[in-house]
Amino acid sequence: MSSERFTFTVDGVPVEAEPGQTVVEACDAAGIYIPRLCHHPDLPPVGHCRVCTCVIDGRQTAACIMPAAKGMVVENNTPALNAERRTLIEMLFAEGNHFCQFCEASGDCELQALGYLFGMVAPSFPHLWPERPVDASHPDVYIDHNRCILCSRCVRASRTLDGKSVFGFEGRGIDMHLTVTGGHLDESALAAADKAVAACPVGCIVIKRTGYRTPYGRRRYDEAPIGSDITARRGGAKD
Amino acid sequence: MSSTDGTTAPRKIVIDPVTRVEGHGKVTIRLDAAGAVEDARFHVVEFRGFERFIQGRMYWEVPLVIQRLCGICPVSHHLAAAKAMDQIAGVDRVPPTADKMRRLMHYGQVLQSNALHIFHLASPDLLFGFDAPPEKRNIIAVLERYPEIGKWAIFIRKFGQEVIKATGGRKIHPTSAIPGGVNQNLAIADRDALRARVGEIISWCTAALEHHKGYVAANRVLHESFATFPSAFMSITGEGGVMDLYDGTLRVIDAEGKALIDGASPASYRDHLIEEVRSWSYLKFPHLRGFGGDDGWYRVGPLAQINCCSAIDTPLAEAARRDFMAVGGGHPVNATLAYHWARLIVLVHCAEKIEQLLFDDDLQGTDLRAEGTRREEGIAWIEAPRGTLIHHYTVDKNDQVRSANLIVSTTHNNEAMNRAVKQVAQTDLSGKEITEGLLNHIEVAIRAFDPCLSCATHALGQMPLIVTLEDASGAVIAREVRQ
Repeated sequence: MSSERFTFTVDGVPVEAEPGQTVVEACDAAGIYIPRLCHHPDLPPVGHCRVCTCVIDGRQTAACIMPAAKGMVVENNTPALNAERRTLIEMLFAEGNHFCQFCEASGDCELQALGYLFGMVAPSFPHLWPERPVDASHPDVYIDHNRCILCSRCVRASRTLDGKSVFGFEGRGIDMHLTVTGGHLDESALAAADKAVAACPVGCIVIKRTGYRTPYGRRRYDEAPIGSDITARRGGAKD
Repeated sequence: MSSTDGTTAPRKIVIDPVTRVEGHGKVTIRLDAAGAVEDARFHVVEFRGFERFIQGRMYWEVPLVIQRLCGICPVSHHLAAAKAMDQIAGVDRVPPTADKMRRLMHYGQVLQSNALHIFHLASPDLLFGFDAPPEKRNIIAVLERYPEIGKWAIFIRKFGQEVIKATGGRKIHPTSAIPGGVNQNLAIADRDALRARVGEIISWCTAALEHHKGYVAANRVLHESFATFPSAFMSITGEGGVMDLYDGTLRVIDAEGKALIDGASPASYRDHLIEEVRSWSYLKFPHLRGFGGDDGWYRVGPLAQINCCSAIDTPLAEAARRDFMAVGGGHPVNATLAYHWARLIVLVHCAEKIEQLLFDDDLQGTDLRAEGTRREEGIAWIEAPRGTLIHHYTVDKNDQVRSANLIVSTTHNNEAMNRAVKQVAQTDLSGKEITEGLLNHIEVAIRAFDPCLSCATHALGQMPLIVTLEDASGAVIAREVRQ
């Protein structure tokens, strides 16, 4: 493979990339924000959530797993794609039990932040209100399965960063759910300092007894919309 | 108006739903074969279930979740839960900044809620008369006819809500009280903005109090007799019996002012109170242990707060309290309509306390939270706008709530509200008809207690009035609905 840098376009803007970079990685480096949920820069991409879907050379593709290529034409920030992204976010809200008004992740939650980004004022799908458990057996961490969005960040982080494989999935389709090796958290090797805990984008895997110490209104996405850290890399310009 | 069928058969009257109260209730009046009022019941007909679905949640979530019972006095639930969770977190004394931030928030809450009640809900009855047409007996009519009072209504309430926002982060459903303390101090800019307004707010509160005293003087007989009955009273008081709406020990006095319970701690509430369940209402009937349901009932709320305390530690409210107690000649004031007068004294007290706290530099402190050794049980109480509010939780070793029991202010007043309705029915029921006057007077009697049914019963609903007339066998023979 050539090691020469090359250029492709995103919404008509030329983006320079290195061989081996995905579209999301190249755009992140260039200060162009492609919305995403399951993608995390320290974890191998998997294309689970499809929020990063772009039209690439005429076809819808998850940008987090698509290698960038010379001359590629990417559509990202378009009304049609953002409408589809909002639909995905609404479906996630309707599928789980998300109560932002008292969730300890509110303001730090990527799902909520994307809801705001896409102007989701209320879900347009009927809530499924699933019955899901809370696993609070671990002394320092708890899992609220009501808030799990099946992004697999914890699964990947535990395996690749923590070397533990604490988390996995069982079931398929609507029955798919997060599981813990050993059954419950207290039977697992999880530690509060594990990267798998910090990787959770929502309020599903949470450090105990620290909730609400930062007031609502002064949290990460209260201060600036999601993606602002990426767009700031090109002088704060907005996509 | 509907009427009965003209026979002398025993009948039942139902008022359903009851208007200008917070929540959804109805009234049934049962008549005996002679047409006399045999019994009257204020039913609370909806159910929410917070005590059940908080089970399994993490204990630090409770102050935020449980306050969603209500949008009127969420602060009281937020703080009562936070105080209970202090105990779960092993904290007996939160840092001074935390204590004062919570107190300031609470005074803002009681100020805005009392203002809402006295001006928006009760003043139309008092200003236009109980029998004025319903369409002319509302806050819009008050704004048109008495713009000064309308101004007080809007801006005193608004000020209270701004205090809540400055201390709790939001005007409704604040978020700052956490186990062991708070998560923010008072910003200088917020403090200065509130300082600039508080003097005017105090002057408006005292003006409203004086205005009401004029009403009392002009309607003395009605004021002292309407739906009035002797009862015991219950309230939290601070050290030396001084009024303390945020924390203290429990005092219960009888109708003559003799202490039945004094100095009781929150942890002992079950030693003193029993909650009785009756099949026809979701509202329980708490009463004093050892006195029985018929004799052990009591009243809570502003009237109890004033009757139970020995003094108030703010000058304007203390002077007003002395005026008020003079009516009782050294005994508790038993008049049901005196709830409004007492509510205004508490309103003035809250405004004065807010001013005191706004000039207390502890509110800018940075020691916000204490820690301790985890416990499994937390019991706390607070004087909410409508009276004593008790929260009791147990938490398991995994930090999950195992059980919750809430005794809210309106619940304490359940028996008293039933008696007030019965008394009005006995006075005003003609025996043949559900008259407009009967409907009006029942509403006014219930409204004096400012019942908040949504949190008392965990119910959600509108605020209409339904009255049903029932015969001795329980058959409904007349029904009136006023939306």
